[in-house]
Amino acid sequence: MAGLKTRKKQRLVVVSVALTSLVGATLLILFALGGDSLSLFLQPSDVKERQVEAGQHFRLGGLVETGSFSRLDDGLTFRFTVTDCLANQPVEFTGLLPDLFREGQGVVTEGELNADGVFVASTVLAKHDENYRPPGTMPKSEGQCSHPDDQAAAAAYSEG
Amino acid sequence: MHRFANPAQFNRLADAILPWAIGAMVLLFAAGLYTAFFASPPDYQQGESVRVMYIHAPAAWMAMFIYMVMAVASFTALVWRHPLALLAGRATAPLGAMFTALALLTGMLWGKPMWGTYWVWDGRLTSVLILFFLYLGYMALWQSVEDEEKAGRAASILALVGVVNIPIIKFSVDWWSTLHQPASVIRLDGPTIDGSMLLPLLLMAAAYQAYFIVVFLWRMKLEINRRKLAVARQAMMHAPVGAE
Repeated sequence: MAGLKTRKKQRLVVVSVALTSLVGATLLILFALGGDSLSLFLQPSDVKERQVEAGQHFRLGGLVETGSFSRLDDGLTFRFTVTDCLANQPVEFTGLLPDLFREGQGVVTEGELNADGVFVASTVLAKHDENYRPPGTMPKSEGQCSHPDDQAAAAAYSEG
Repeated sequence: MHRFANPAQFNRLADAILPWAIGAMVLLFAAGLYTAFFASPPDYQQGESVRVMYIHAPAAWMAMFIYMVMAVASFTALVWRHPLALLAGRATAPLGAMFTALALLTGMLWGKPMWGTYWVWDGRLTSVLILFFLYLGYMALWQSVEDEEKAGRAASILALVGVVNIPIIKFSVDWWSTLHQPASVIRLDGPTIDGSMLLPLLLMAAAYQAYFIVVFLWRMKLEINRRKLAVARQAMMHAPVGAE
C-alpha cells in the first residue's frame, strides 16, 4: 500500500511540474515575442514612433476622432482621423463603411501611408467597445480620450 | 473522492440529480430566451443585433469552462488513475467542441454585420479556433489508439498541454490589439453592460450550465455502460470453452 501511495505522489509531482513548466514556458515565449507580432494592428502613436515608411502595408486601429469625418464630392471617398489619444493619423477610404462605423467608436483599417502621410485604407472594419446599454441611457464612462489614465498618458507623451 | 469512483454510486447520484437538472434547464432556457429576444432593450450602438450576444458569449464561456472540466478530469486520470475520471474527460469533449463551434459560428454571423467581416486572425478569434482543434484532437486521439488505457492517457496529456490556451483566450484581448472587444462581464472594475442586458446574458449562461450538467450525466451513464459491456465482452471471449 505504501508503494502505491508513493507512486501516486510521484505522478502528482511529475504531472504538476510538467504542467507548470509548460504553461510558464509558453507564456514566456508569448511575452518574448512581444505584443507586436501577435497584435492585429498598430495605433497612431506606434506609427509615429516607428516612422513607418510610405507604401508599407499594415493595419491601423484606434478611435475615429469626433468631428473629423467628411465625405468627398465623389460621394464614395471618406476622410477621417484615427486617434489613440496620443497621436492622430488621417485616413482616406473609398468604399462601403460598416454599419457600426461612427465618430467616437473604434475602427481597424488596412492599407498604407501615401507620400503625404495620409493612410490610404483598402478595408475599414468597425471595432465596437465593451459597453452595452439601451439607447438614450447615460454611459458608465465618458467617451473618447476622457479617461483620466488616457489624459495622463497623453500629457506624459507630449512632454516626452 | 474514491466514493465517486464507484460506478454504481455514481449512477445513483446521477439519477438523483438528473430530474432537477432537467427541470432547471427547461425553466432557465425559457426565461433566458424570452428575456434575450423579447424582454430586453436593443443596444445603443448595435440595435437588435446585440441579441446574438445572448447566444454567443455564454457559449464561449462554456467552451472554456468545459475545457477546464476536461483538464481536471484528465489530471485526475493521469495522477490517480481514476477510471471514472477518464470517462468524464471523454464525456465532456464533444460538449465542449459543440459550444466552441456555436461560439465561432455565432461570432462570425455577428461579425459580418457589425464589424464588416466574418473573420480576422486576431488573438481572440485565433485562440478560440485553436481551442476547437484541441477538442477535436482529444477526441481523435481516443479513436486512433486501440488500447483504451493508452488512448486515454495520450488524450489526457493533450488535454493538459492545451490548458495553456485558456489564459491566452481570456487575456488575448488585453495583451494584444484585437478586433474583438475586451471583456464586458468578467472584469476587475465590474460589468460594462447595462443590468437590463446582463440579466438575459446570465440566464442564458445558467441555462447552458444546466444543459451541460444534464448531457454530461447522460453521457457519463452511457460511458459507464459502454465500459461494462466491453469488460463483459472481454470476459466472455477469454472464458474457457464450455464454462457457461
